[in-house]
Amino acid sequence: MLEKINKQKLVVIGNGMAGIRTVETLLERAPDLYDITVFGSEPYGNYNRILLSPVLSGEKSVDDIMLNTEQWYDDNNISLRKGETVVMIDRRTCEVVTAEGARVPYDRLLIATGSNPIILPIPGKDLPGVIGFRDIHDVNSMVEASNSRKHAVVIGGGLLGLEAANGLMKRGMNVTVVHLLDCLMERQLDPVASGMLRKSLEERGMVFKMPAQTQAILGDDHVTAVRLADGSELPADLVVMAVGIRPNIEVARKAGIHCERGIVVSDTMQTYDGRIYAVGECVQHRRQTYGLVAPLFDQAKVCANQLAMKGFASYPGSVVSTKLKVTGIDLFSAGDFAPGADKEEVVMQDAARGVYKRIVLRDKKIVGAVLYGDTVDGPWYFQHLRDGTDISQMRERLVFGAANLGDGGHAGQNSAATMSDEAEICGCNGVCKGTIVKAIMEKKLFTIDDVRAHTKASSSCGSCTGLVEQVLAFTLGGDYSTAPKIKPMCKCTDHSHDDARRVIIEQQLKTIPDVMKFMDWKTDNGCHSCRPALNYYLLATWPGEYRDDQQSRYINERVHANIQKDGTYSVVPRMWGGVTTPGELRAIADVADKFKIPTVKVTGGQRIDLLGVKKEDLPAVWADLNDAGMVSGHAYAKGLRTVKTCVGSEWCRFGTQDSTGLGIKIEKFMWGSWTPAKVKLAVSGCPRNCAEATCKDVGVICVDSGYEIHFAGAAGLHIKGTEFLAKAATEDETLEVICALTQLYREQGWYLERMYKWCDRVGLDAIRKQVVDDMANRKALFGRFSYSQQFSQSDPWAERAQRGVDRNEFVPLAELELA
Amino acid sequence: MTQWIEIGTLDDIPRLGSRVVRTAAGDIAVFRANDDEVFALDDRCPHKGGPLSQGIVHNKRVTCPLHNFVIELKSGEAVAPDQGCTRAHPTKVENGVVWLSLRQAAPAAAE
Ligand SMILES: Cc1cc2nc3c(=O)[nH]c(=O)nc-3n(C[C@H](O)[C@H](O)[C@H](O)COP(=O)(O)OP(=O)(O)OC[C@H]3O[C@@H](n4cnc5c(N)ncnc54)[C@H](O)[C@@H]3O)c2cc1C
Ligand code: SF4
Ligand code: SF4
Ligand code: FES
Repeated sequence: MLEKINKQKLVVIGNGMAGIRTVETLLERAPDLYDITVFGSEPYGNYNRILLSPVLSGEKSVDDIMLNTEQWYDDNNISLRKGETVVMIDRRTCEVVTAEGARVPYDRLLIATGSNPIILPIPGKDLPGVIGFRDIHDVNSMVEASNSRKHAVVIGGGLLGLEAANGLMKRGMNVTVVHLLDCLMERQLDPVASGMLRKSLEERGMVFKMPAQTQAILGDDHVTAVRLADGSELPADLVVMAVGIRPNIEVARKAGIHCERGIVVSDTMQTYDGRIYAVGECVQHRRQTYGLVAPLFDQAKVCANQLAMKGFASYPGSVVSTKLKVTGIDLFSAGDFAPGADKEEVVMQDAARGVYKRIVLRDKKIVGAVLYGDTVDGPWYFQHLRDGTDISQMRERLVFGAANLGDGGHAGQNSAATMSDEAEICGCNGVCKGTIVKAIMEKKLFTIDDVRAHTKASSSCGSCTGLVEQVLAFTLGGDYSTAPKIKPMCKCTDHSHDDARRVIIEQQLKTIPDVMKFMDWKTDNGCHSCRPALNYYLLATWPGEYRDDQQSRYINERVHANIQKDGTYSVVPRMWGGVTTPGELRAIADVADKFKIPTVKVTGGQRIDLLGVKKEDLPAVWADLNDAGMVSGHAYAKGLRTVKTCVGSEWCRFGTQDSTGLGIKIEKFMWGSWTPAKVKLAVSGCPRNCAEATCKDVGVICVDSGYEIHFAGAAGLHIKGTEFLAKAATEDETLEVICALTQLYREQGWYLERMYKWCDRVGLDAIRKQVVDDMANRKALFGRFSYSQQFSQSDPWAERAQRGVDRNEFVPLAELELA
Repeated sequence: MTQWIEIGTLDDIPRLGSRVVRTAAGDIAVFRANDDEVFALDDRCPHKGGPLSQGIVHNKRVTCPLHNFVIELKSGEAVAPDQGCTRAHPTKVENGVVWLSLRQAAPAAAE
């Protein structure tokens, strides 16, 4: 099915963390697409730069931090040109030129040159013994110096400087840190935390000169001292400059690629030359440059997607958090904590325990956090920060962290056990707890190395190793319990959603009371959370057989309209594929006039919303809309909502296929289906993607050769680009894949679990296998979907407006004069 | 003296459901529990006035459709951790007929 493409040449400049992560991801997505050549100035395979600090302090060896051996490059047919530096990009002939003069052609080029340490322009900066802290070479020089010499001066009291100072101290040197400001790590810490950090480093023997400015480095053929602006001199046999980094944009700039502070890239990681991509510290994206790996890995993923020609992932920028990797010091910081009039703070300080926490809030949300001494809740705060969670409900208890918010479980349980599945454990690689737990269970992992290999958690900076170990212990059941923790549906039962779904099928249970009885529900008739869930499971399992229980439906689904804050309803008629007619518009206008509907609004799903309809008017409103040929848009349903389309090849000069027609076809086939949570679709007529298909539950991008089907996007509380699912050649095939996918989701999803969450839980590959690879299974899923549609495609409005279904809902029981 | 008003039959109210009685002083939500016990509350959630009659009924409680406050049908009290109370009215069922006695908003001096 896939057309065979001649192998294109991909050249990568920079054998560092971002570049190679991009290549790794690319190989996963599209193993055979490119002939890959990687240039790296350093004479090694790819290593974990972050862990240079523990190498310096002697806690790890260089071998420990190698990420990809040369064998790996061989195994993957990558030609590694280590020790070779690219000095020029010839964009006219599409070639790169090395220092030795070799020319290598490219079809696509990836620049990942990282950054260089900033060397202060002061006298003596070029003396032997003055170095930066960036690569293995620097570390080797420092280790060598520490063997024979005594005094080290580190210029710069930021993250890097302190890690260098700590390492050198561990190696037995006397270390003085010279810092320009009176606050260490001022970009990550507030003055209080910074003071605490300084104190505990001083207790270990580190000496600080701050605020102090370095004026000159002294010495004849080797550094001997550092002179400060106040005239004082510090003896020095080694000077480490750690005052910052500067994106390494040399080659790019010389080639005329647009650069500012870094190489300017778009959301798809492309430079101004469309064949040339860039990722990593050398990049400037939306005016930001980054110096930590987590955002670079995000970039790498997007870039790999692009290079793989799969999907249209885009990079929206990152929020970063920091941990200092000095053994014995626990420090976490994230977000923005500069004081401001619009911000509030929650501060806790326990001098005796050496614990300090400061959470900065704005508009009921966490915008910044600094933790010192006790950082286990760092990832938890960070998650809320990134999610923009409204924390007003938990404000009082916020500083005590996740374990103190009531849903924590038993006292004495460790912190990883109380974290939610979505909580991020490994910040560098963006791995959340649920992913680790799942990998441990499914892949039968037992050691931290297994977990690293399978999930990448704890494989970069290593700060989360402790947490990952806790997750391992509690998932495998240390002394606590051997059974994996299952999440009950709600307080009415100890059983999980999966249990309920399984038992319904195994025991052929066909009513809610039967399920509750069989599964020993703890309440008589459930609650607002489990009843709708069971109702859906029964409906999805026994189409045509199960009688929908109206009293277990949320009000919107019971009355087929959306309840508003004042108890009135909103009504949204279906507009197939977002297309309407003058007649429909006229009917809508008439209805609005007749029933004095206060607000008429266009929705995000390309339809019209009539807001403020009184409940008792609903049937009459529907009757009028029905008369004009309109039916319910299910804008209230945990079911198929809309299929948004662009105008496609019918009108648009870029259109490759009839996106509007396809959208309508899909909507006509799929409307009325109930799903675990709402399902929104979109079809775009070309990769310009005017229908915004790549943030929908299911999105189709038309291309010349067919239809790319994407899914598992989200653009609500969470924002997530879609994943590529499959490419189809025809409209019918597209429809079949989408219906099969939806059916699998209907059969596996937990109630209220959006498609992207389901995908996260069961895994992209598992879904692809069942929907794309296994043709017989796809047909079977499609068959089951079609079968159940027979029973669901009856307009609920017509049933109520014309056939008197549920009439009781819409009229009062009695009207009393007196009162 | 309790004044009872006939408002309809038990069959008019779905099990685990509710109906509304209109009065000049606002709507009253009348609920029917699974065991056919009938309750009446002001149709206003103590939180932000949501129409309790539109909620899901379970175990002699109702969940407000707007933000999920759970209210005891008998007392009108919100179930902890939520707080608040809505007015409850006496009801009785005799021979399948439902009767309601409206508790007035207390006139300034009374009670
Ligand atoms: C000591 C230290 C500690 C750190 N600690 C942390 C931490 O705890 N957490 C964190 O998130 N981040 C940390 N970082 C930052 C992190 O290592 C970087 O953000 C990351 O390595 C940047 O990746 P990159 O691919 O952009 O650049 P690099 O990893 O620097 O890769 C760039 C590579 O390109 C090569 N190169 C450059 N120009 C050319 C050329 N013209 N031709 C051929 N090759 C070229 C370079 O030699 C280099 O190998 C730390 C960095 C250091 C130095
Ligand atoms: S997505 Fe493409 S085809 Fe559709 S309107 Fe936009 S440019 Fe035109
Ligand atoms: S974003 Fe949605 S939920 Fe929020 S106020 Fe608007 S309509 Fe309501
Ligand atoms: S109005 Fe009832 S919960 Fe908010």
